[in-house]
Amino acid sequence: MTKSFFLATTAMVLGAGLAHASTLEDVRERGAVVCGVTQGVPGFSNPDDAGNWTGFDVDICRAVAAAVLDDADAVRFVPLSNTERFTALQSGEVDILSRTTTRTLNRDTALGLNFAPVVFYDGQGFMVRESLGVASALDLDGASVCVSAGSTTELNLADYFSANGMSYSPVRFDRADEVLAAYDAGRCDVYTSDLSGLAARRLVMENPAEHVMLPETISKEPLAPVVRHGDDQWFDIVTWTVYALIGAEEMGVTSENMQEMAEGGSPDIRRLLGAGDDNMGAWMDLENDWSAKAIAAVGNYGELWERHLGMNTPLELERGLNELYTNGGIQYAMPIK
Amino acid sequence: MADTASQSPGRLPSGPPRAPFLTRGRIRSLAVQILFIAALVWVVHFLFSNTMSNLSRQGIASGFGFLGNRAGFDVSLHYIPFSSSSTYLQGFWVAVINTLVLSALGIVLATFLGFGLGLARVSRNWLIARLATVYIEIFRNIPLLLQLFFWYFAILRPLPNPRDSVDFGGIAFLNNRGLVVPEPILGASGNAVLMALVIGVMLGIVQTRRMRKLRDATGDAGPVWPWWLGGLIALPLLAWAVSGARFELIIPELRGFNFQGGMVILPEMLAALLGLSFYISAAVGEIVRAGIQGVPKGQYEAAVAMGHSRWEMMRLIVLPQAMRIIIPPLATQYLSLAKNTSLAAAIAFPEIISIVAGTTLTQTGQAVETILLAMGFYITVSLFIAAVMNFFNYRVLRNDR
Ligand SMILES: N[C@@H](CCC(=O)N[C@@H](CS)C(=O)NCC(=O)O)C(=O)O
Repeated sequence: MTKSFFLATTAMVLGAGLAHASTLEDVRERGAVVCGVTQGVPGFSNPDDAGNWTGFDVDICRAVAAAVLDDADAVRFVPLSNTERFTALQSGEVDILSRTTTRTLNRDTALGLNFAPVVFYDGQGFMVRESLGVASALDLDGASVCVSAGSTTELNLADYFSANGMSYSPVRFDRADEVLAAYDAGRCDVYTSDLSGLAARRLVMENPAEHVMLPETISKEPLAPVVRHGDDQWFDIVTWTVYALIGAEEMGVTSENMQEMAEGGSPDIRRLLGAGDDNMGAWMDLENDWSAKAIAAVGNYGELWERHLGMNTPLELERGLNELYTNGGIQYAMPIK
Repeated sequence: MADTASQSPGRLPSGPPRAPFLTRGRIRSLAVQILFIAALVWVVHFLFSNTMSNLSRQGIASGFGFLGNRAGFDVSLHYIPFSSSSTYLQGFWVAVINTLVLSALGIVLATFLGFGLGLARVSRNWLIARLATVYIEIFRNIPLLLQLFFWYFAILRPLPNPRDSVDFGGIAFLNNRGLVVPEPILGASGNAVLMALVIGVMLGIVQTRRMRKLRDATGDAGPVWPWWLGGLIALPLLAWAVSGARFELIIPELRGFNFQGGMVILPEMLAALLGLSFYISAAVGEIVRAGIQGVPKGQYEAAVAMGHSRWEMMRLIVLPQAMRIIIPPLATQYLSLAKNTSLAAAIAFPEIISIVAGTTLTQTGQAVETILLAMGFYITVSLFIAAVMNFFNYRVLRNDR
């Protein structure tokens, strides 16, 4: 908590002043992308046993580092709580925020942020102990609810309960670890967060099998990487790196077959992989094979999903809305040309 | 006591004769000070305008207008009305009051514990002195944040859920949502009783002072306790009876997930209070011990010679003198307790950091303004505590004749 104090004060006094106009130049000079992540959410951003950050959100940053610096490991990860994250980005302490952050009008405008394309269409849900015998969120009148402070979650929670004429007692923590620990210790009847976060958090509970999700999804939580206002070039780079990963899946390009695809694929595919004659990279001041490097480093969007979140991972998340638009979902890359 | 008074730290030496008003040294130091202040103003102005232009360049909202906006979040503990449709400003006041309540309770508890510990440390009973030492070493040396977590989970883990609450005679219940106790409802009598209580306390204070003056002057005075008894009990009772004698107890009742009705002491409050006061009481204990040991030996001998019991000696002779040594460092500990309430945010206690520098900051994105509000609050509280303690210090030194 003292850290957020420190961050904010820095932002207030120097930070924003020192933040360079060109993030790309800063990143090149530094030789690393500084990436704000969570303090540990399995599947999204979590240090492994050796201390290396892994996960879906982590790989978005690695993809950007590969596109910009040709090195997916040239990333410095900064764990941030919900309440620290925006100040850290605004003050220039991180270049990208890639940490289950919902795009909202307020954040897009008043907070001075720019959101790259949505990488995970999520929604807010509720988790309870099975033994409680609750079948619906509408039965939660009078419950104690554990929630992360400084999130869209606590706002949706207030709206949902007041809209349904129910009362509740919020137990608000700054750090997600404590939300979980308090819920696990029995302080709350309900744990609410993004459904993805609930699934991830359940994995680290004392007895995962004792907890169930309620059927209601009470909000839209489009999670996206974030950059700060004032640097369109950097915003473009992050935006199109995400589109390149989604576009690769649309075109059937994977980290494995990309070599052959670059040689024999359609003009769109050859363009995506920097094998065409057009000079797309130069429009963002990058090498022409920026997107090929990103795909080679982390795989296409589908590979990313399967590796960190899919049915063969402990999270076992269905793609749902995050399927490609051609498969019944709403993931859709803008034309990469 | 006359000869110790001359060694008292509060006595100013009469000092050298005053120098003439304008000397070269004075002018030089005045110039340096003016330059320093000018530089400071310039730096602050530079930082301020720099910050403002940066904020607007990045399109980040600024100013304090957001305080009038709808907060949108709920808080578990508020002594004034608050809901998600209240304003951020109201949220700020909720946070201020919660922090002040926690600080005040913490200071009271830490003081009692600390004085007990200090006395125990100088006790002639080996076991008591040892135990006090062990307590102090433990609570002084473990980081406060860890202690807060310890208390929080030590409270949460063993306690049952509401359905299996520990039942105190069917009227109070303890579970992992807190301690629920009956709520007295006085209706219209409430205000009358409160007013009577205020008048009663004032009466007690006035009378105590009068009697003390009388005793100083004549060496003999009547007792004051009947005044206190009347002021604190009889007068409020009378006010209650006259104003309708309404009294009801709302007994908490298990409904749905938890008890409804009654008043609740949240686990967050309990853990924060225990954590803060145990931590600070260890330091207070050491200060009290040092204070007691700082009283010259002759005072003890004199007290014994006058036939005082050990307890009387402590209460009437040693502690009053020790207060001179105790109060200044005690003030530091009180300040530290008030500032350390910020750590209670980690265990979900809704204080300034949690509500203002946490949620409000994140939801509005106005880091500069919210941090300024939080800093302003801590500075005000610190200055207030310092002023109160200075006043006590002045009183103690003045009385020391
Ligand atoms: N998407 C919401 C909620 C974000 C949130 O609370 N995410 C949780 C997991 S779903 C988290 O990141 N916790 C880890 C942490 O705070 O370090 C928002 O942007 O406000």
